[in-house]
Amino acid sequence: MLTLDDVSVDYDGVPAVVDVTLDLPDGEVLAVLGPSGCGKSTLLRAVAGLETPSAGRIGWDGHDLAGVPTHKRGFALMFQDGQLFSHLTVGRNVGYALRIRRVRGPQVERRVAELLELVGLAGYAGRLPATLSGGERQRVALARSLAVEPRLILLDEPLSALDAGLRERLAAELREILRAAGTTALMVTHDHEEAFTVADRLAVMRGGRVVQSGPIAEVWRGPADPETALFLGYARVLHGDAAGVLLGAAAMPPAPAVAVRRSALIASPDGPLLGEVVSGRATPEQVRLVVAVPGVGEIDAVAPLDLHPGPGERLRLAVEAAKLAVIPAGGLPAAGAHSRDP
Amino acid sequence: MTLGTRWSRPLTLAGLAVVPVAVLGVFFVLPVAGMLHEGFWADGSFDPGAVLEVLGRPRVHRVVWFTVWSATVATVVAVLLGLPAAHALHRLRFPGRDLVRAALLVPFVLPTVVVGVAFRQLLGEAGPLGFLRLDGTAIAILAGLVFFNVALVIRGVGTAWESLDPRPAEAAAALGAGPVQVFWTVTLPALRPAIVSAASVVFLFCATAFGVVLTLGGLRYSSVETEIYLLTTNLLDLQAAAALSILQLVAVAALLLVAGRLRAVPGGGADRVVARPRRPARGDTAALVATTVLLVLVAAPIATLVSGSLHVDGGWSLDNYRALTTDGTHQALLVPVTDALVTSLRTAVDATWMSLSMGLLVAFVVTRRSRSRAERRVRSGLDGFFMLPLGVSAVTLGFGFLITLDHPPIDLRDSPFLVPIAQALVALPLVVRTIVPVLAGINDRQRQAAASLGAGPLRAVLTVDLPVVWKPLLAASGFAFAASLGEFGATSFLARDDHPTVPIVIYRLIGHPGPMNFGMALAASVVLAATTTVVMLVVERLRVPSVGAF
Amino acid sequence: MKSTRALAALCALSALGLTASACSAVGQETDSSAADKQVVLVTHDSFVLPKKLEQEFEKQSGYQLVVRASGDAGQLTNKLVLTKDDPIGDVSFGVDNTFASRALDAGVFAPYSFHEPKGVSDYALPGDDQHRLTPVDNGNVCVNVDDTWFADHHLAPPKTLDDLTKPAYRDLFVLPGAATSSTGMAFLLSTIAAYGSGWQDYWSKLMDNGAELTAGWSDAYEVDFTQGGGKGDRPIVLSYDSSPAFTVPKGSSTSTTSALLDTCFEQVEYAGVLSGARNVAGAEAFVKFLETPEVQAALPESMYVFPVVDGVKLPTEWAKFAVQPTKPYAVDPAEIAAHRDEWLRDWSDVTSR
Repeated sequence: MLTLDDVSVDYDGVPAVVDVTLDLPDGEVLAVLGPSGCGKSTLLRAVAGLETPSAGRIGWDGHDLAGVPTHKRGFALMFQDGQLFSHLTVGRNVGYALRIRRVRGPQVERRVAELLELVGLAGYAGRLPATLSGGERQRVALARSLAVEPRLILLDEPLSALDAGLRERLAAELREILRAAGTTALMVTHDHEEAFTVADRLAVMRGGRVVQSGPIAEVWRGPADPETALFLGYARVLHGDAAGVLLGAAAMPPAPAVAVRRSALIASPDGPLLGEVVSGRATPEQVRLVVAVPGVGEIDAVAPLDLHPGPGERLRLAVEAAKLAVIPAGGLPAAGAHSRDP
Repeated sequence: MTLGTRWSRPLTLAGLAVVPVAVLGVFFVLPVAGMLHEGFWADGSFDPGAVLEVLGRPRVHRVVWFTVWSATVATVVAVLLGLPAAHALHRLRFPGRDLVRAALLVPFVLPTVVVGVAFRQLLGEAGPLGFLRLDGTAIAILAGLVFFNVALVIRGVGTAWESLDPRPAEAAAALGAGPVQVFWTVTLPALRPAIVSAASVVFLFCATAFGVVLTLGGLRYSSVETEIYLLTTNLLDLQAAAALSILQLVAVAALLLVAGRLRAVPGGGADRVVARPRRPARGDTAALVATTVLLVLVAAPIATLVSGSLHVDGGWSLDNYRALTTDGTHQALLVPVTDALVTSLRTAVDATWMSLSMGLLVAFVVTRRSRSRAERRVRSGLDGFFMLPLGVSAVTLGFGFLITLDHPPIDLRDSPFLVPIAQALVALPLVVRTIVPVLAGINDRQRQAAASLGAGPLRAVLTVDLPVVWKPLLAASGFAFAASLGEFGATSFLARDDHPTVPIVIYRLIGHPGPMNFGMALAASVVLAATTTVVMLVVERLRVPSVGAF
Repeated sequence: MKSTRALAALCALSALGLTASACSAVGQETDSSAADKQVVLVTHDSFVLPKKLEQEFEKQSGYQLVVRASGDAGQLTNKLVLTKDDPIGDVSFGVDNTFASRALDAGVFAPYSFHEPKGVSDYALPGDDQHRLTPVDNGNVCVNVDDTWFADHHLAPPKTLDDLTKPAYRDLFVLPGAATSSTGMAFLLSTIAAYGSGWQDYWSKLMDNGAELTAGWSDAYEVDFTQGGGKGDRPIVLSYDSSPAFTVPKGSSTSTTSALLDTCFEQVEYAGVLSGARNVAGAEAFVKFLETPEVQAALPESMYVFPVVDGVKLPTEWAKFAVQPTKPYAVDPAEIAAHRDEWLRDWSDVTSR
């Protein structure tokens, strides 16, 4: 189990990571989610041993890792762009860590073949990295990281260099591969979809601090503050009366603020709310609308494809409670002592 | 595609190449060809047999073998010593680092005559290291060669190391590779082009070393270079000299070909991360110790020089330095050393701008992306062509100047341009090798992007190439300047009597009786070394970490 | 931030450009005087004369003196031979009796008539019947010894060439090699004159007795010789008959070294008008100038050689300490020209064994 206690990292006195405390139980995948520059990559590098924390403690199974050099931590790090060794073939890249550990030739070859099979690149052993596509390179990098069954694998934006379709597919595969290998993994990403697909647990970072962490569903359902909610893919955060109207329509108890997903309001003949269509746009799966609802203001809504209301048309709307998330009072700026710096 | 656009590109490139090629043609190819002509057409008839016969002589075999052996061993040692120092001085930061960097470049510019004397005072029977009995041995020659050339390795590999993307090494470490394994499996392959480049230049310098072999070898050893010197200046056996010169040229061409192959690397990242130098850690102890040892090795002969320059009649004194503004005791000099220093600096400025402008043009032409295989061949051929001056004896070149540049329109034997041009030719390979990797590293798509935004070719160069290349250019200019300050071989042939450079003056002082002259020679060497250090320090200040290796 | 950097870069570059144009060595030359008003002297890099004398020459002759000095006597000779069809100057000084035959055989020098001052003809080059070379100075290459060292070690210094091979003087002799130094070549010629065909035996004995070879005179004298600038540990060195004049300690009336007058080889340096010279009159004027009492008197202090003209006063230290041998060794210049290669090759074989 990986434990971080009040870990801080500075670059020449400029704090990059501030007082981060996290746990990662064996076998689980933790995603650290945050915008670029929030310090998540630095945190990852600190865990890998590539940066030295200025304060706090990073431990594994109770042992302090301070002073343990990168190569002796037994962790594998996979970079955003794979960082394959361009002068080595795919096979030699994957087998690199095994050779370092003086595993014998035939065994290395067997394991390499096995790993390439696992990542869907059987028969690629003889190719040079320069001849591979972006997705293939990331798979090779993953296979290379998994080769010696590291006790922890560190993934630095593993999919963000890829195009959207590939990213989606590979995210699912990544989860399968990590599951199949039973590896504990720490992944940093700025893409919440990727985080949801791959991880079991989630930590949200902003300005060098972890603002929220927990099992992924928990965080997802209860973002700690409005910014977190927006970063988790919620489309808007409503405050005060507007929040009350919406929560009421969803038959939920009132709260000072609520985060709303894009598809929380659905056109429905017997819905409790009435709204006027401001604009509409068809997508392959549904029609996306912006509607004006009295007491709420303009808000996103969806309608089935067969229904295509024009601007100015009035519509009844139902609210899906599962797509709302109540922001706890502690996460709001007005909450005084409990407020967190954004 | 019209004929016009099809031909405009090669024509532009050819136009750019024409100036440096013409300069090299007139000031290198022509004189060397002239001397070879004298050798092959002995007594008016073409007689290649006599030249080839020379190559069969057992003495020639011995000389060639010693040259190859000493240059190879010295290159290997220089690389082995230079690598840890390159790491310590370019990847780490600690107080005094810039000074050490500049100081390690000093040997590169010291005149051989003086270093020879300093080494012999150190290693000679009466010297502090006399007990090693190294004076007059091959080991003394090797030590001298390493002393002179290790700076090239530190510089060349250091700049490449500085700009090395640290992430592959981190990836390897994260995969369980220890520092040593990371070095062997990731860092070394990535540094290979820079190491090969530096090693090939060092090899050329070692293989054509002249003063070191004569002075430190106690006449027991002959290299191809010393042999050509003796054959040409003493025996006037131009056939044999031509044979050896041809041998030199062929060997240099072969070496460049091999080095070019080894230098090529597959792939190459478009956007690279450059690590900032960090504080030394425990793992750097070995590199720091090696650097310190190297510093001591380099400092010992220099310390001998300094202490010698401060000794007058058995006591400490600054008289030798005060004498630098005079003509020397008994008028050994026509001009005071201070005047010579001014001449040296002026000449070095000229040589620097000449080599920089030629080097830029060459590097530019060589690194444009080729559209055909033939074009690529021409380019790499051009690249090697400008390395050739390193591999040819200064004596051959000097005599060649005299017999070929005497007819109008190129009656240049007495031109004040000759010295800076000759020095620029010596510095040119250093400049080209520093700039080419940088320009080659620029993604061509950046230029395409600039063009698509409406930038003309010149504008594209200004926006894309110039910002990247100006820092390495400064580094190269420092190198060229230093090389010019210390150049002796060609300069001694060409320097005009009323405007000698400092190395020439030192040579004169040391060759004349009188204890004061000897002391002045040492003092002048110290001044030359100090000037170089200052120049290099200024360049260091201006030059922020750069991409580029030679 | 970025733009300030770029600005700084621009400033640096333009500053560099400015310095380049201001400090340039090129362009500062102003060759306003016409070529026929110049006399171009081609000489070796030891050539030095007091500036005052050179100005005197220019004033009296009306010619501007241009000096092209580089290399040693050997390089000078070979340069002249290689450029004989299109000479690099009008007059040359510095070809010596060991190289003179090569230059004459190649037709480098042109004959001219000139009434030599008294004493000069004593040094005329044997075989130069057309009078193409005029002797200017002479000096002897002699073995020198450190008298103080021998006194301290209660050892009698050697006197002859034979003495140098005696066990008493083992590991004490240092000399520049014949292949790389004209001084060394002169000593080789001494031994050839002394021992004839037996010279190689002499050299093997000399080497067996621990003689050390260096590349040049300065390496031997300044590094290894006990009285040289580097305070070496060998008290016997090959140098010149004039050298003892330079080792007189301040305030002392005796020199610490002396030359062994039975080991000397005489070197004579010549001047001559080059064939095909552009300014023949100027060239002849310069040769005449070299024979004037003023120049002859300046030779010892400027170039460490003795004058050839009779009656020229030597500097006091020279008169006292620089003793010239009465019967130095000599080898016929034609003989030297014919056998130089062979001798040097044999010498290399003997000494590198």
